Amino acid sequence: MGHKPQQGLLGWFKRRGRTLVIAIPFWWLMVFFLIPFAVVFKISFAEAIIARPPYSQLFTFAENGVVQIKLVIANYGYLLEDSLYISAYWSSIKIAFVSTLITLLVAYPMAYYIARSPLRRRNVLLMLIILPFWTSFLLRVYAWIGILKTNGIINNVLMWLGITNEPFVMMQTDFAVYVAIVYTYLPFMVLPLFTNLVKLDQSLLEASNDLGANSLTTFFKITLPLSVPGIIAGSMLVFIPVVGEFVIPALLGGPDTLMIGKVLWNEFFSNRDWPVASAVAIVMLVLLVIPIMLLRNAQNASHEEGA
Amino acid sequence: MRKSFSFSSVATVLGFAFLYAPIVSLIIFSFNESKLVTVWAGFSTKWYVKLFQDPQILGAAWISLKIAFISASLAIILGTLAAYVLVRFRRFLGKNLLSGMITAPLVMPDVIIGLSLLLLFISMESLFGWPAGRGLTTIIIAHTTFCMAYVAVVVQSRLGDMDESLEEAALDLGAKPVRVFFDITLPVISPALVSGWLLSFTLSLDDLVIASFVSGPGASTLPMVIFSKVRLGVSPDINALATIIIVIVALGVLVAATKMKPEKGY
Repeated sequence: MGHKPQQGLLGWFKRRGRTLVIAIPFWWLMVFFLIPFAVVFKISFAEAIIARPPYSQLFTFAENGVVQIKLVIANYGYLLEDSLYISAYWSSIKIAFVSTLITLLVAYPMAYYIARSPLRRRNVLLMLIILPFWTSFLLRVYAWIGILKTNGIINNVLMWLGITNEPFVMMQTDFAVYVAIVYTYLPFMVLPLFTNLVKLDQSLLEASNDLGANSLTTFFKITLPLSVPGIIAGSMLVFIPVVGEFVIPALLGGPDTLMIGKVLWNEFFSNRDWPVASAVAIVMLVLLVIPIMLLRNAQNASHEEGA
Repeated sequence: MRKSFSFSSVATVLGFAFLYAPIVSLIIFSFNESKLVTVWAGFSTKWYVKLFQDPQILGAAWISLKIAFISASLAIILGTLAAYVLVRFRRFLGKNLLSGMITAPLVMPDVIIGLSLLLLFISMESLFGWPAGRGLTTIIIAHTTFCMAYVAVVVQSRLGDMDESLEEAALDLGAKPVRVFFDITLPVISPALVSGWLLSFTLSLDDLVIASFVSGPGASTLPMVIFSKVRLGVSPDINALATIIIVIVALGVLVAATKMKPEKGY
């Protein structure tokens, strides 16, 4: 367009409006999301000292004006030496994997059913899936304490029915952790599966039926393969945050429920060893790179499909 | 066809029972006379009375509401800008990076976000002297950052559904891009802005882990107070608090659902 370039701040603003609109969210995320990782990375090479802040400086200026750089790799060595960290990583990944699988098995039939419901019922059911997500996560995890503890609801009911005389110990076990993870992350699995399944072309299913396939064959040959992007997206939305989960193992897990989120928290708040906590976070990030890439690819695929 | 349909309907009923049983149990036992949360000893509202006489909980609730209000409002602006830029601007330097940075906070474990932001704030303080100490401001920055990611997702899908020819027509008729945004785009995406704001508000109100890292003395949020209480076991006044939150949310969602009928899906 043949505008005359305007002078002054207003003109600059008009010409640079587009850049400014991009720059505001971009730099906010750069400063408060991406750069912090660089800071964590830097401090993971520092030494824990008793000071405020409790870590050593990487760069020091010597008297002759030479910058000295002191990198402490010991923090990472420490993670390898102490079996606590390796078993915490391993058990976090195991717990995240198993609970993602259980969540998928619970969520799939629900998403399938909702996607096949008539529009009115579909909207009500979707709202019911989203509703718990809006109420406090912390309080919903807390609710399970009352249900699972030794004199809690489940044990009271079982003993009243005469099924058992001794209460089951469920609190402070891995079982409680699994139940609460599946419970809190169920909506994250149902929604992407639903978005995928609702787009399923019904004529494919009809064709399969017409050609004589029974409903199970149709499901395994058509519905399931076509829903793989939804399965991947949902699974990653559950798996990634669960690996670093803190609240659930802290409230429901026992002392031997090892999860890396809890280890990081204790390292930071109890031991006040910030460099080791940073190293723990960096290793966790590295472990999560592949799942995050998977998620991005699945989401990009579904965006392109939708467009 | 019939068989798999009936299996999925049974599974759905069980799934919803699983989702709602804990919430129902919280509500029922908030009216329990006994201090032993799970042994029924008659109807009572004394835990509600006790809750409203607890200055620690009331103070923390006020702090949390302030933080949630400011964070949600900032997140709406930043998240909408990010979504608009990603959906409407064809190509620009750093587009991939921006789209990566806007989705990553959705899945990034809270402990990592909390730790990294705290270390950033401390480094910034020693370099520039800002932010001086930690408290409300640092929590608001942290919450705005992860809430804007949720806003961006909600707004992005709405912008994607929107008929772009409306905006193009206005531009062709000579309207300035800023004017087109405020007169056409904004009204169309306003339902997404409302739900994005509400979602950010509840997410901020709910966050324990990130706030624990970036908070300072004198800025204990409601989840931090709740966590320190329930760590020692169940306490009936927390059930009462949970019931109040659930009722408010349920009413809010019902009002929202009747006010603006979703056209397709959600």
